[in-house]
Amino acid sequence: MAEEQGIETVHCTVNGMAVEVPKGTRMIDAAAHVGSDVPHYCYHPGLSAPAQCRLCLVEVEGSPKLLPACVTVVQEGNVIRTESEAALEARKAVLEFLLVNHPLDCPVCDQSGECKLQDYVSAEGPAMGRLADAKRIVGVDDFGGDVLFNGDRCVMCTRCVRFMREVAQDERLGVVQRGSRAVIDTFFDDGLDGNIWADNVVDICPVGALVSKDFLHRARAWDLDRTPSICPNCSQGCNITLQVRDNEVMRLKPRPNDAVNGHWMCDVGRLDYQWINRKGRIEAPLVREGDRFVPMSWSDTLPRLVDAVRALSSQRGGAVVSPFLSNEDLGAARRVMEAVGGGRSVYRVETGESVVLPGFPQLALREDRAANVRGSQLFGFERVGDGCATGGLEAVDNAEFLLVAGDDLEDAPADFGSGARLFIYIGQLLNPAARNAHFVLPATTFAEMEGTFTNVNDHVQRFWPALRPPGMARPVWQILGVLLSGLNGSPAPARPADAFALLGAARPEFGQLRFEDLGATGNPLSGAATAPAGS
Amino acid sequence: MAYPYQHPSEVRVLSEYFGDPEARTLKGWEARGGYKALRKALGMSPADIVNEVKTSGLRGRGGAGFPTGVKWSFMPKEPTRQHYLVCNADESEPGTFKDRELIRWTPHQLIEGCLIGAYAIRATHCYIYIRGEFFEPAQILAKAIEEAYAAGYAGKDVMGSGQELHVTLHLGAGAYICGEETAMMNSIEGRRGEPRVKPPFPAVAGVFGKPTTINNVETLCSVTHIVNNGGEWYRQWGTEKSTGTKLFCVSGHVRRPGNYEVPMGFNFREFIHDICGGPHEGREVRAVIPGGSSVPMMSADDLDVGMDYEAFVSVGTMLGAGSVIVMDDTADIVKQVRRMVEFYAHESCGQCSQCREGTAWATKILRRIERGGGTEADLTTLVDISNNMAGKTICVLSDAAAAPILSSIGKFRGDYQARFQLEEKLMPARRA
Repeated sequence: MAEEQGIETVHCTVNGMAVEVPKGTRMIDAAAHVGSDVPHYCYHPGLSAPAQCRLCLVEVEGSPKLLPACVTVVQEGNVIRTESEAALEARKAVLEFLLVNHPLDCPVCDQSGECKLQDYVSAEGPAMGRLADAKRIVGVDDFGGDVLFNGDRCVMCTRCVRFMREVAQDERLGVVQRGSRAVIDTFFDDGLDGNIWADNVVDICPVGALVSKDFLHRARAWDLDRTPSICPNCSQGCNITLQVRDNEVMRLKPRPNDAVNGHWMCDVGRLDYQWINRKGRIEAPLVREGDRFVPMSWSDTLPRLVDAVRALSSQRGGAVVSPFLSNEDLGAARRVMEAVGGGRSVYRVETGESVVLPGFPQLALREDRAANVRGSQLFGFERVGDGCATGGLEAVDNAEFLLVAGDDLEDAPADFGSGARLFIYIGQLLNPAARNAHFVLPATTFAEMEGTFTNVNDHVQRFWPALRPPGMARPVWQILGVLLSGLNGSPAPARPADAFALLGAARPEFGQLRFEDLGATGNPLSGAATAPAGS
Repeated sequence: MAYPYQHPSEVRVLSEYFGDPEARTLKGWEARGGYKALRKALGMSPADIVNEVKTSGLRGRGGAGFPTGVKWSFMPKEPTRQHYLVCNADESEPGTFKDRELIRWTPHQLIEGCLIGAYAIRATHCYIYIRGEFFEPAQILAKAIEEAYAAGYAGKDVMGSGQELHVTLHLGAGAYICGEETAMMNSIEGRRGEPRVKPPFPAVAGVFGKPTTINNVETLCSVTHIVNNGGEWYRQWGTEKSTGTKLFCVSGHVRRPGNYEVPMGFNFREFIHDICGGPHEGREVRAVIPGGSSVPMMSADDLDVGMDYEAFVSVGTMLGAGSVIVMDDTADIVKQVRRMVEFYAHESCGQCSQCREGTAWATKILRRIERGGGTEADLTTLVDISNNMAGKTICVLSDAAAAPILSSIGKFRGDYQARFQLEEKLMPARRA
C-alpha cells in the first residue's frame, strides 16, 4: 500500500513474517507492524534514541552481534529474529542485571501493575536472583513539582533527562556520577518546580523511579478503569485517559495524538481533576411549586417544562452556557434559543497565561481554561465576564426566558434571574442564584457522558463516559432535545451520534463530519470560520 | 642504568630521542630532522599521503589495530564541511604509558604527525585530547604547540604554503571512558563523556557532527616517519600484516620495566627474558597481559609467540596498546583481577545496563572471593556476567572488563578455588 502512495519501501522478515515498511523504518517499529513488540526502556517514540538500555537487542542474519532494534534501520532483505535464543538470552541477562540493585518493592510501588520491569521480568526474566552481596542504595529524592524520585527503582533509561532536554527544553534533570553510581538528579534546589511539563517524566518513566506525589499510594494500577477522554482544562484538548476507581477520577494521563498533544500534557490540566469528583450534586429534577422545589421524575418534569416554555409569550430571551459543555449540548442550547425567538447568549471562561511546549510547539497550555471555548464561539455564544469566569451576567438581566446550562452561577447575585418569567437551570450544583429557577435539572459532566469538544485549532474530538452520573443526571443535549421535540415535533436525539448529526443545521462544517468517523483521535473541522489560534 | 633504559635489540624509530632533553625543543627537533616530513607532506596531495600510509601497512596503535590509511580514506574526498582530526592522547588503560613518553620526550614528533594527518584528511583543525592527569606531558606539549605556531608550522598559513592547520590541546577531566573515540568527541563538545551509538561513524558525523578521524599518539608519530621515508621503508620491519616497529611499555615483575621499541613480530619470550631482563632472582613468570588490562591474560606457557596483532590473537589474547604487564609466581591473581575489574566498574560511564550493573556486580563478587567468602557458584556467576555483558554494549568497555575475568578463571581457576576455604580457615567460628 505504501508503494502505491509513492513512498520508497524495503522488505524484511520479522520472526518469519514478511513485512514491507517505508525506507528508514527502525527495526523496533517494523517488528511492531507484525505484532512482535520488542521489549525496550530507553526508546520512546517522542524522544531521541540513545540505544543504551540494550534490552531491544535482536538477531539479524548476517550480523555477528545482536543489534539494537530501536536505532537499527531496516535494510532490504533483512532477516530479523526478535525471539531467537540469542535474543531471548540477551534480554534475560539484561533483566537480571537490572534487578541486581532493584529493591523488589513492588508491593508498595505505585508503578506496580503498569511497570515495564515487572512485565518483562515476569514474561522472560530470570526466575531467581543470584546476587549474594549488598545492594546499592540510592534512596528517595523530592524532585520538586509533582515528581518524586525513587532512585533504587531506576533503570537509567534517561527518558526523563531527554524529555526535559529535548521536549521541555529546560534542562533540569541530568545524570550525575557514572557506572553503577550513576543517578538521575536535579541541578538546583527547586528541581522541577515551576516547569509545567515536568509530570510527563512520570508518564514516560517505564518503572517506578519517578512517581506522582499527587497519586502517591492512592490506587493500584490494576484497580483503575481507563476511559479515553479529552482534558477539559484548556482549549488545547489534549487526549487523555480518565483513570477511575470506585467512580472517582484518580488521575489523568496523556494519550498519544500527534495532531494535538503528541505524547504529552501539562501539569496544570493533569492535576486539576478534583472538580470532576465534586460531591453534593443535584441528583433529581426539581420543579418549583410555589416557594419550594418538588423533586420529580424526568417523565413528570419534561411535559411540565414543555408546557412552561409554550406558555411563554415573551420574546425576550437570554442564555448562559458553559464552555465545558459538549458541542451537542451547545448545539441544542442554540436551537432552543432560536425556538424561543433568540436573545443574548453568553458564556464565561477562566483565562490564564499561555505556555508553549518548546519541543512540540503545537501543544500549549492555552489561555482559555475550558475545553470547548471554540465550540461555544462556533454556536454563536458571546464571551462575557472577566478572566476568573465571573461577572458579565448583567447581559441577561432583563431576560424573561432565561436558560442557564453548565454555568454554576457561583458568583451570581442571590436575586439573579428572579425577574425572569421562566428560568431553566441545567447544571450540577445548586448555588443560591440557581434557587431562583423554575426548573432545576441535573446535568452530567463531560466525564459522565459521551460527546465531542472542538479544540482551539478546530479539531473535533470525542470523549467517552468514565463515571456513573449521580442520580438522574442527564446530558444537556438530551434534556433540551426532548424540550425541542415537545416544542416543534422534531424527533428527540436518542444517541450522542444523533445529537452530533443535528449540529450541521447550525454550523454546516459539522455536517461534513460523521460522529463514528472521529475515532479516538478526532478530525479537523474543515471550512470552519478561521479562528485565531490561542484565542 | 638511567631511565629510559635501552637495549641493543631494540629498533628505535619513534623512541630514538627518548632521554634526550634537547629533542623537546623546537630548535633541537629541527636539528634532528624535525618538520622535514611536514614540508614534504605539504608538497604532496592528501590522497598521496593516504596512499603512502596505506602502503606502509601502519595499523592503529591505540589497541584496535585498524589500518590507518584505510581509516583516513573513509573521510569525504571533497570537503564540503569542516573536517576534524582528533589525536587520542587520553592514555589511561592500566599498564599503558607509551604515549606519555612520546609526548614527554618528543612533543614535536606528535605535533608534526598531527599536522600531516590533518592535512591528509583535509582537516584544518586537530584536537589533541590529552588525559587530565598528564600534567607534565600536557605542559610540555602546550609549550611545543606554542613554539610550532611561533615558527609557522601551525596556523593560518603553514610554512608559507597557504595551508591552514591548527592544533588545539584539550585536557580531559580524568575519565577513562573519554579514551573511547565517540566519548572523546562528546567530551570535546562539552557533553558528558559517554560513547555514542555507531552508526553514524565518526568519518560521517564526529566532533560537532562533522567528519572526524581519531588517531592514537603513536600512530600519528609513526606517520611522520612514513612520510619522510616512504611506506615501503616502514615495511622492512614486522610481518606481512603487522608492519613497522611498536613501542611496548612493560610493567610488573621484570628486572627492567619500561618502554621498548621492537619490530612487530619480535619473539615475546625473548622480549620479556632478554630485553626486559626477565623475572627477579628465584622467581618465575606466571601470567602476562600483553596489551593492557583489557586483553585476556596469557599463561607463561604461551610466551613463544610473535609480538604482532595476528600472533597474539592466535593464542587467545590481543596486542592491544602493547602494554605488557608481567606477573610472577608471587602475584596474587585474584587480587589483580579484582583490581582491574574494580577499575572498569569505576570507569564505566553507566549508559548500558549490562556494563553498568555487570562491572559493579562482578567487583562485589571478586571482593568477596578475595576475602575468602567465595564459592564455586560465584565463578559460574562471574563467567555468566562476563559473557552477558561482552559484545552487547555500545562500546567495548564491558568486553575489557570481561577479559581479565574470563581469562583468569580459564587459566588460573585454582587460584580462585584456593581462596574459597580461606574464611573457614581464618574464622571457623563464623560458619558454625
